[in-house]
Amino acid sequence: MALADFKYGDTIHRCFRCGYCKFPVNWTDVNACPAYARFRMETYSCGGRLWLTRAWLSDEIAWTDHFAHIMFSCTACKNCEVKCPLRFNVDILNMITAAKGEMVERGMIPSGVKEFLENIQLHGNPYGMAKAKRGEWMEGTGLLLYQGQDYLYYVGCVGSYDTRAQEAAKALGAVMQKAGVSFGTLGKDELCDGNEVHMMGEKGLFEMVAEKNIAQFKKLGVRGIITLSPHAYNAIKNIYPWYGGQFEVLHQTQVLRNLIRDTRLDISKGFNAQVTFHDPCFLGRWNSEYEASRAILRALPGLTLIEMEKNRDSALCCGGGGGNFYIDFLGGSADSPARRRVREAYETGADVLAVACPTCLTMLEDAVKSEELEGKLVVKDISEIVAKACGIAS
Amino acid sequence: MDAVYEALVKIVGKDHVSNQPEELFIYSWDLGTTEPHRPDYAVSPRTTEEIQKIVQLGNKEKIPIVPLGGGLSLAGLAVPFKGGMLLDLKRMDSIIEVNERARYALVECGVSQGQLTSYLERHYPHLTHSEPGAPPAATIAGNVAIHGQGDLAQPYGFNSDMINGLEVVIPTGEICQFGSCAIGAGWFTLHPLPDVGLFLGWNGTTGIITKVSMRLFPCKKIRGIGQFVVADEELVPEIMYKITHTQMAEDIVAASQAIPPFTSELQHLTINIAADSEKELEFKLEIIFDDTLGEYIREGEGGFLGFIRGLQKPQISKTSDWRKGGGFEYVGSIMPIEKYPACYRRGKEISERHGIPYTVLGRCIGAAHAMMFSWTYAFNRAEPDTIKHAREALHETDDLVLELGGTIWKPGVYGQKLVMERLNANTLNLMGKVKQLLDPNGIMNPGNWEVR
Repeated sequence: MALADFKYGDTIHRCFRCGYCKFPVNWTDVNACPAYARFRMETYSCGGRLWLTRAWLSDEIAWTDHFAHIMFSCTACKNCEVKCPLRFNVDILNMITAAKGEMVERGMIPSGVKEFLENIQLHGNPYGMAKAKRGEWMEGTGLLLYQGQDYLYYVGCVGSYDTRAQEAAKALGAVMQKAGVSFGTLGKDELCDGNEVHMMGEKGLFEMVAEKNIAQFKKLGVRGIITLSPHAYNAIKNIYPWYGGQFEVLHQTQVLRNLIRDTRLDISKGFNAQVTFHDPCFLGRWNSEYEASRAILRALPGLTLIEMEKNRDSALCCGGGGGNFYIDFLGGSADSPARRRVREAYETGADVLAVACPTCLTMLEDAVKSEELEGKLVVKDISEIVAKACGIAS
Repeated sequence: MDAVYEALVKIVGKDHVSNQPEELFIYSWDLGTTEPHRPDYAVSPRTTEEIQKIVQLGNKEKIPIVPLGGGLSLAGLAVPFKGGMLLDLKRMDSIIEVNERARYALVECGVSQGQLTSYLERHYPHLTHSEPGAPPAATIAGNVAIHGQGDLAQPYGFNSDMINGLEVVIPTGEICQFGSCAIGAGWFTLHPLPDVGLFLGWNGTTGIITKVSMRLFPCKKIRGIGQFVVADEELVPEIMYKITHTQMAEDIVAASQAIPPFTSELQHLTINIAADSEKELEFKLEIIFDDTLGEYIREGEGGFLGFIRGLQKPQISKTSDWRKGGGFEYVGSIMPIEKYPACYRRGKEISERHGIPYTVLGRCIGAAHAMMFSWTYAFNRAEPDTIKHAREALHETDDLVLELGGTIWKPGVYGQKLVMERLNANTLNLMGKVKQLLDPNGIMNPGNWEVR
């Protein structure tokens, strides 16, 4: 594709590379872009990617593995879009996604990305694990399959397959069960939500995944969906409607907040800890939901909420978005965003780093180990914290 | 096997050196109109000692070294004209010390303006530094190295006048300190030791600044911007003189621009005022806008547009989007304030000749001893003809600065040549000797200040 044929060919040159995209709102440092924080080369900033994309489409540079690494290391965290002061800022992340899409179209993608996408096509999850194993996390939980209940509990790939994230999936299920929420899961019939596929620019595969999911939801008569993951929340709430999928979509934090507000949960056992909260990108910057999690945490007896300096729309991404939780282009260094983030959490003096996303949970828990903070900082999903406050054993 | 690459990997680690086409492409470009030139390596050191080793390597291999801060001078000052190693210094981003009593901040060379502003707001809200109009990614060290000015220029002068100490890796690799720090005292003063001010305004040709101690100033609880407008550019100098006489303004900037059209040909003055109480604020507003500028309002020559609380973060990068083109560059000058009307009129003519909406700005420096006057030319990065016009306009403006009796601020290569053509011959000769002494292999940012 030539620059003239690129959807953003008449806009992409408008990036001045002024550097706002690297900052959080309060200007603490220039490490709010996770890939730039990791590598600290201009190429890995949003502006660098836009200039490189334009150069590639204008034949000023050739495609290389390194170029693809730069592009796919973008986690789609949206910090750049929120911080860019220029009027075309609404499209800057779309430009990067479209460039990734062009690489996908031409088959010019790194092996990790290829594997990620192939696994979703073949197995319905990025890990390449058997579809039949998807529902195994439910064993012994007493949770029901979806059979026309009020809500479909959509768990997602990470919550279904990752052993640590499964704990969060179980905790949320148990809390909702205790509160009498009418819900069921899809078990082994659940399919990837496709959010990361979309962010990787694989439009064809995303369409296939979205259409399959929408068809299944409609066939089962699903009206409302509760998601464990903000990634699924984003895809089903914001992108599925383009393909005819209109559902009431709630993220787990919105459900838990409502249950606590409506006194449908006995949280009297509380949670005695100092807790700091990490805003997930696909809940915060993508969907402007910053308060539900905080309302939950503030409501729990014994819990003291301490904010990190980078919070809400300034939160540093854990580095897992855009498929990076699997392809791991940002790992392997003390500068990895997840390791930076747990250090920021630890500096607050908190005992617990609360998350509201299974991807953040796994990324940040691994980072705690890498930073040798085990025993000093514990990463917990908000569902696990509420479960404990309700007296539900983990 | 690239031995230089391997040596750099040993110094900074493989994540922080690249000879890949992507990094070489990105670091070949200035954000203004300067033509790109590719470096051979992009390196991002973390410590002064790493920089020292890189400089020693450059000397041994006779490879050019180009230091880069925020990359926002827009004048092509960090373009690797002769290849070599491009040093991206932004990883050196520690705020080492803030001394409340001696009122200074000691920072590494990669600390950005935004980072220091934020740090002071959160930890020392009673102190502030002079923040330039550049985007917050501009670095403290880069700004002082080019004799930048900020929003405290009116009372305190150039940012480079606010230096209390420097650490520099000189071109032969030695680490030198200047100021009280050089004798093991704190970083609280640059004076009164022998003056070895060889590192400011030299565009990195005499060494790499690695640490800077910057003066901090009292930050009042209320800060805001008063706005005043006049139609006659001839009134601007006397207004600036009158406001500076009150000694009540932190910053005085006059600007005029073609966009939006309703402001075209008007001169807008923004006057930063600070106070610790409503009473103090009211008093200052009354002195400045009623007593001092009231006569212009009564005569129908000027208007008070109001006072806005809070200082907006500079968003000068919006200028780049005026032509939906992603580019602008400006010529800055240091000029007597009385030249404002001529600067405005002649700049407007240049802009109109090149089909560029005009944008000019004059910032008062040091109680009106001078002003920084700038002429900005936006261009469309996708339209080479607009870049050509902007470049020509910039060169014409460089000529204009000297014609009007000013000096070019942070001149690019074209402006440097103009300056050197006019420079006192003995001074020029001394510059050559200094460069030869400090940088015998000519490795430091070659292409800049090429004294023949």
